[in-house]
Amino acid sequence: MTPLYALQKITRALLTVLLIVSTVFIVLRLSGDPAIYVLGLDADPQALDAFRTRWGLDQPIFVQYLQFLSNCLQGDFGYSYFEERDAMEAVLERLPQTLLLMGVTGLFTVLIGIPAGVYAALHHNSWIDRMTMLVSVAGFSLPNFVLGIFLILLFSVTWQLLPTGGSGTWQHLVMPVLTMTVAEAAVFARFTRSAMLEVLHQPYMRTARAKGLRWHQAVRRHALPNAAIPLVTVVGFFVGTLIAGGVVTESVFAWPGLGRLLVTSVANRDLAVVQIIVMLIACSMVLTNLIVDLLYGWLDPRVGSLRTGN
Amino acid sequence: MTTHTEIAAPRRAKWQLKLPLLIWFSIAWLALMLLIAVTGDLWQPYEYQAIDLHARLQPPVWLEGGSWSHIFGTDHLGRDVLSRLVTSIQVSLLVALVGTLIGAVMGTLIGLIAAHFRGWVDDLVMIAIDYQAAIPFMILALAVVAFFSNSLLLFILLMGIYGWERYARITRGLALSSIQHGYAVAVRTLGASPWRIYGRHILPNIANALIVNMTLNFPQTIMLETSLSFLGLGIQPPMTSLGNMVGFGRDYLLTAWWLASLPALVIFFTTLAFALLGDWVRDRLDPTSR
Amino acid sequence: MIPKSNSPTAQAPLLQVSDLRCAFKSSKRKGFFGPHHLIHAVNGVSFEVNAGEAFGLVGESGCGKSTTAKLILNMAHASGGSVLYRGQELVGLSHQAWKPLRRRLQYVFQDPLGALDPRMTVLDQVIEPLTIHQLHDRNQQRQLATQLLHSVGLQDHQLRKYPHELSGGQRQRVVLARALILEPELLICDEPISALDVSIQAQIINLLQELRRAMGLTLLFISHDLSVVRHLCERVAVMYLGQIVEMGPAKQLFNEPRHPYTQALISAIPKADPGQRSERIPLMGEPPSPAAPPAGCRFNPRCALATERCRNEVPTLVQSGDNHAVACFEAKIPVTEVA
Ligand SMILES: Nc1ncnc2c1ncn2[C@@H]1O[C@H](COP(=O)(O)OP(=O)(O)OP(=O)(O)O)[C@@H](O)[C@H]1O
Ligand SMILES: [Mg+2]
Repeated sequence: MTPLYALQKITRALLTVLLIVSTVFIVLRLSGDPAIYVLGLDADPQALDAFRTRWGLDQPIFVQYLQFLSNCLQGDFGYSYFEERDAMEAVLERLPQTLLLMGVTGLFTVLIGIPAGVYAALHHNSWIDRMTMLVSVAGFSLPNFVLGIFLILLFSVTWQLLPTGGSGTWQHLVMPVLTMTVAEAAVFARFTRSAMLEVLHQPYMRTARAKGLRWHQAVRRHALPNAAIPLVTVVGFFVGTLIAGGVVTESVFAWPGLGRLLVTSVANRDLAVVQIIVMLIACSMVLTNLIVDLLYGWLDPRVGSLRTGN
Repeated sequence: MTTHTEIAAPRRAKWQLKLPLLIWFSIAWLALMLLIAVTGDLWQPYEYQAIDLHARLQPPVWLEGGSWSHIFGTDHLGRDVLSRLVTSIQVSLLVALVGTLIGAVMGTLIGLIAAHFRGWVDDLVMIAIDYQAAIPFMILALAVVAFFSNSLLLFILLMGIYGWERYARITRGLALSSIQHGYAVAVRTLGASPWRIYGRHILPNIANALIVNMTLNFPQTIMLETSLSFLGLGIQPPMTSLGNMVGFGRDYLLTAWWLASLPALVIFFTTLAFALLGDWVRDRLDPTSR
Repeated sequence: MIPKSNSPTAQAPLLQVSDLRCAFKSSKRKGFFGPHHLIHAVNGVSFEVNAGEAFGLVGESGCGKSTTAKLILNMAHASGGSVLYRGQELVGLSHQAWKPLRRRLQYVFQDPLGALDPRMTVLDQVIEPLTIHQLHDRNQQRQLATQLLHSVGLQDHQLRKYPHELSGGQRQRVVLARALILEPELLICDEPISALDVSIQAQIINLLQELRRAMGLTLLFISHDLSVVRHLCERVAVMYLGQIVEMGPAKQLFNEPRHPYTQALISAIPKADPGQRSERIPLMGEPPSPAAPPAGCRFNPRCALATERCRNEVPTLVQSGDNHAVACFEAKIPVTEVA
């Protein structure tokens, strides 16, 4: 990987972050007069003016934009009128719970998805392969909230084994993680399987066999590492679905994370909080994609040296 | 394209042995949904909003205490679940259909514009596509709903925007390659206008890929719509959608499980049928992709 | 051959290309944010095609033959020079202004399968030009197209087929028919036979010759196959790295090539009579990339005769009295023929 490649990717990522922050600013201004929004339509005109002066809303739009940018840099994202405290504080408080849920889910996704995909690919077209693919189709056709409801009916209502929602013990974690893992692992298995199939059909696999390597040796030494490279590129996609799936899953199981906070804030139109969470998600997506790009450039030398020619 | 069909046939053959039964179920289920959506009134014994406080939370007919007057039972306001289910199916399918069409038209148009003008227009479109693909659409939809508050029109528009980037990317890529070499250039040297080139030659030739994408996009739109409605941020009461019904039914899981599980089952079967059928259609139309 | 010309000056060339240039942006940049490298695919090409003649343009792959053709037809953007067709400037003409001209200038592609829409029947594709130019009613269109397809050698049962159901030779016949149905004056054929089997190549060449005679076509024939050009064309230009290095009457150019490059090319043509075998002049190395052409004469790194002058100065195309032009300092021009 050339430094030029890395530099280009990093510049791109920074520009994207700026673009995201700017979009949020534009949308924020488009969505109406914050003074009226906070104080109400029938507020005293003098109070409205005072509010505008207080928050710099009487300044030219460009000055407001710069002010917004500098606030963002200082981590000042405004006050949550609904939570009645600094919005950033409310968000940070929920962050660990979401990271816990996503981390455990990610772990299980990899632990289930990769073996299932590899196994299916190695037994291409066997009944196991077909069953795996069928289960995978079923898995990603099942919306998180539908699966969540069924799990609650089964584990909490019928068998009374697990709490329906909340957090604190490992029992609380079981159903949310299961819900998210099903959908994620289903897609991951599919990706793994097709990446593996691709690799298994490459000439170097035949060469490896011809060299006298046993089949499982050839798979371990040549197929698995090469199949891992395309998998890296879909990591960004997975973080995206994890976040989106987390929003729904947290709401189903009353899990006190960012996703649930986002949903309640949207319902209450608590814009300061919504704004932070959206920016946080967007930035972590940009960061994920940056890491994926760099990792991919490092793993695959053909990509890492800025593509030239045609 | 067409020439690859014979080559790819053997690989598909093995799937064919297993699939047709499931494909038949999928087709039958989707046909039933379509029938219900089109002939909704025939299946509705009651007005879907009709409240009957004397008959609240009645179980379905096959459970103890159920009766034929409400086959699938009633909800917390005594509204007939079957009637609500029918209307919900209508709403969810319609929203997904309109959404898919909007997305397909918009994305295809943008892709064609990028391919036609190239230069900075193309760069701009590509940035927008990357940008869109990088942010989970559900988050974007939630943000838009938060900032502009929910309305049916906005919501349908959002469902339409969902997935535009994939149509745009497909169209742009295929159009670029056919504009640069081959029949499109040939037709241009005959004096054809851009309208004719795109309308009569390029679009028909990339239609397969777009249709394949539509079969993927449609169930995803259903999932997005029902998820948002489930969260209470999509279709708003007094209107109802499948996600909506599950959302309200969640509060009665302990006492009236059918309220949430019946619409949930309908959602699952529908998206599953679409996914299976989509896989199958993709194999038919586009044997090169796996 | 008398061209069906109605222009006031019958002697004026049908097509006059002068100092045509085209530069593509390479995907490579100079430095991180620097400007793109420029590839001068066509670099000051001038030639004339007279009404009724067959003019050949030959050269190695990548020397800019197709780009020249595309520039003439406004399918690529010319960065300089002019193309006069019957005295009318074609460079920079709008789509609207081009439309009537498309009827008179037609193009036949290298790859016949790629040039045909895979989802249209052969007959429909031949009818399409008539529809585009709103000529004749539907019935007449069908009749004309059927007739023309017959005359290029397709049979009735093949007219309703799709391109992939035909053989390569049949496809090229369809492409020819599609170009000819507008009754063009000038037909530009860009390596029309290079994608075909050798046995079929001869058939298509013969067909082209027949059609030329029957329709009074002017032909600009692009090829890297010298024997075909020798057989078909009256005048020939040899291109090397975006420039014309030699141009003259076909017979003369093939019998007494003057540019070392042309000599090398011609010596590589397989001879029909093995007894007549002449020494083959090898070409040294690969053609350099048009993105970084050598200084001086562009051929000098591969030329056995190159001198100091060749490495510094660019030779221009110098015409001798017999209409034979060459761009080489070292070329031996017979003394008797110098004007
Ligand atoms: N669209 C383009 N962008 C960048 N470079 C191009 C483009 N088209 C052609 N070139 C370059 O211009 C040069 C001339 O190409 P051209 O197609 O005219 O060659 P040619 O003589 O027709 O070769 P062939 O016999 O292989 O068809 C080549 O080096 C090619 O790489
Ligand atoms: Mg060419």
